[in-house]
Amino acid sequence: MAEVRFENVTKRFGDTIAVNNLNLEIPDKEFLVLVGPSGCGKTTALRLLSGLEELTEGNIFIGEQLVNNIAPKDRNVAMVFQSYALYPHMTVYNNMAFGLSLRKVPKAEIERLVTEAAHILNIEDLLKRKPRQLSGGQRQRVALGRAIVRNPAVFLLDEPLSNLDAKLRVQTRAELNKLHQRLGTTFVYVTHDQIEAMTMASRIAVLDKGVLQQVGTPGELYDRPANVFVAGFIGSPAMNFFEVTVGGSDDKLFLESGSFRLLVPASKTATLVPYRGRGITLGIRPEDIHDKEYVPTGIDASAPVRAKVDVIEMMGNELFIYLVSGKHRFLARVDPRVKSRPGQDMEVVFNLSNMHAFEAESQKAIPGKPD
Amino acid sequence: MSGVEAAVVSGFGRFGTGLRKFASRLPLHVVIIVIALLWMTPAFGLLVSSFRPSTAIATSGWWTAFQTPFQFTLNNYGSVLSQQGMARSFLNSLIISVPGTVIPILVAGFAAFAFAWMKFRGRNVLFMFMVALIVVPIQMTLIPVLRLLTVTHLVGTFPGIWLAHTAYGLPFAVFLLTNFFAQLPKELLESAYLDGASNIRVFFRLILPLSVPALASLAIFQFLWVWNDLLVALVYLQDPSKSPMTVTINNLVSSFGTQWQLLTAAAFISMILPLVIFIALQRYFVEGITTGAVKG
Repeated sequence: MAEVRFENVTKRFGDTIAVNNLNLEIPDKEFLVLVGPSGCGKTTALRLLSGLEELTEGNIFIGEQLVNNIAPKDRNVAMVFQSYALYPHMTVYNNMAFGLSLRKVPKAEIERLVTEAAHILNIEDLLKRKPRQLSGGQRQRVALGRAIVRNPAVFLLDEPLSNLDAKLRVQTRAELNKLHQRLGTTFVYVTHDQIEAMTMASRIAVLDKGVLQQVGTPGELYDRPANVFVAGFIGSPAMNFFEVTVGGSDDKLFLESGSFRLLVPASKTATLVPYRGRGITLGIRPEDIHDKEYVPTGIDASAPVRAKVDVIEMMGNELFIYLVSGKHRFLARVDPRVKSRPGQDMEVVFNLSNMHAFEAESQKAIPGKPD
Repeated sequence: MSGVEAAVVSGFGRFGTGLRKFASRLPLHVVIIVIALLWMTPAFGLLVSSFRPSTAIATSGWWTAFQTPFQFTLNNYGSVLSQQGMARSFLNSLIISVPGTVIPILVAGFAAFAFAWMKFRGRNVLFMFMVALIVVPIQMTLIPVLRLLTVTHLVGTFPGIWLAHTAYGLPFAVFLLTNFFAQLPKELLESAYLDGASNIRVFFRLILPLSVPALASLAIFQFLWVWNDLLVALVYLQDPSKSPMTVTINNLVSSFGTQWQLLTAAAFISMILPLVIFIALQRYFVEGITTGAVKG
């Protein structure tokens, strides 16, 4: 049970900077997810915290203790590896008991802790088996069990679900959530899958190229992304981006895309006025693009955009339509009753009150995003 | 022609393809059997001779032994073991070979663990130097090592010859084990470190149990080399009461040059243990060789 603090942490491997000046506070009992594309430094950050990797600059605290020079085994952290890393020659029971016996925990106590963890994870009848006799999901549970019995201050999980099949992954997501609530321990979880991040995290930290992009609750990241990277990374299917020019007069701003022109709603006008005559990046999530026939009430449908249907993906409860307008390609997530066919033109409505605007140069969000 | 053949094959179905597979492998089998027979014939001749009385050996070839009257005897073995000191030599061979196998493998294991998993300055240079020692011919080392052993009063002692065999065995053992250890999954070791294991614990509780195939094959190699060694024992172990079987048999050759019945019996006594070990561990033997080959 402890908070974790990264202070100006940098890690270099030769000339490459894996983690660049990371500042991050993780309160006690939080489920923090480090997410980003591969090579973004998230696993390195986790390994720095575990002590398996030594940092180049900065400080890491667990609780109030500076752990820079403390050996992994003395940091009171437990890690679940992507490959599970179960000891292949030991039974499940011994896999879980190994760490405890190294710490000279009395035999009876070890048995109690292992049995308890096995009960929580529902693997009581596997205790006498060897790892090779287990399925992927069972191995994953044993790896979790090995971490649980140690009762660590911080749980580190490095893509623990990526070796499971899709169905099991969804199921295990929910179980990990329950486990976190039950144990009340700080979890630091690394994944490249933003859906895992969204569904499990108390807070998400998005990394790209070793730099922390944004930290916040899943809702904050989804509704108020700090830059184009976060906006494009969080949410599936991903946000659509358009290079547009701000035009019109102070009380009636337009966004010019080249092939269509959008009226900026009154609520957004003030923030965009300073950008008049300049280019910005417009971000619209696929669910904010509607077919003209099925526009929800309260959305201005007076100026639809004409676009050509490229591909349609039927998801059952909704349709993903890939659209082309001029040089722009974008994706709309629409009502399944929409009857458009590939090759046809259709008229869509952009719900600009949910729009995101980013500076063209810095790619940073322009303040005054949807509330 | 090919059409007919195809029809026949499809008609036979599975049976047909199986037959064809066997036919295509037939030459291979024939060659292997012929080679095996050629190799085994002299050894078989020695084995037969070792059970024949000296008069029979002197007057007729071993292949005539299978005619009546059968003349087989165990006297040769009895005589070799009791009068020629082979029993004592067998024991000496064991005393030399077991530590001569265990010590180098243990030392090489520690070294290989360091080479494979620990970061220290000069690791690669040191490893390359170690591996390069494989090419040093043993004859070149005989005089300097003998001097060294003389200075340290280890000539003619078992510890002296253990040390010599350890030194000769180390380079290859380190090379093989380093390669094997290095391909164990990194996460496994990291997991153990996080669990609180020290390097020594990781070595004994994780690395050794997971490396049984490599260790077993290495142990067989090293054991056979030490067991069959004549040169090292001859040079460093100049005390006849400590002679291993190789040295004793060599002496038999010089003093009983014509007593084939004794030589053959002694030779077979010295072969028993390696044969047993090889048959018992042949699974690891093959596994270990391929492991080394792929990684090396």
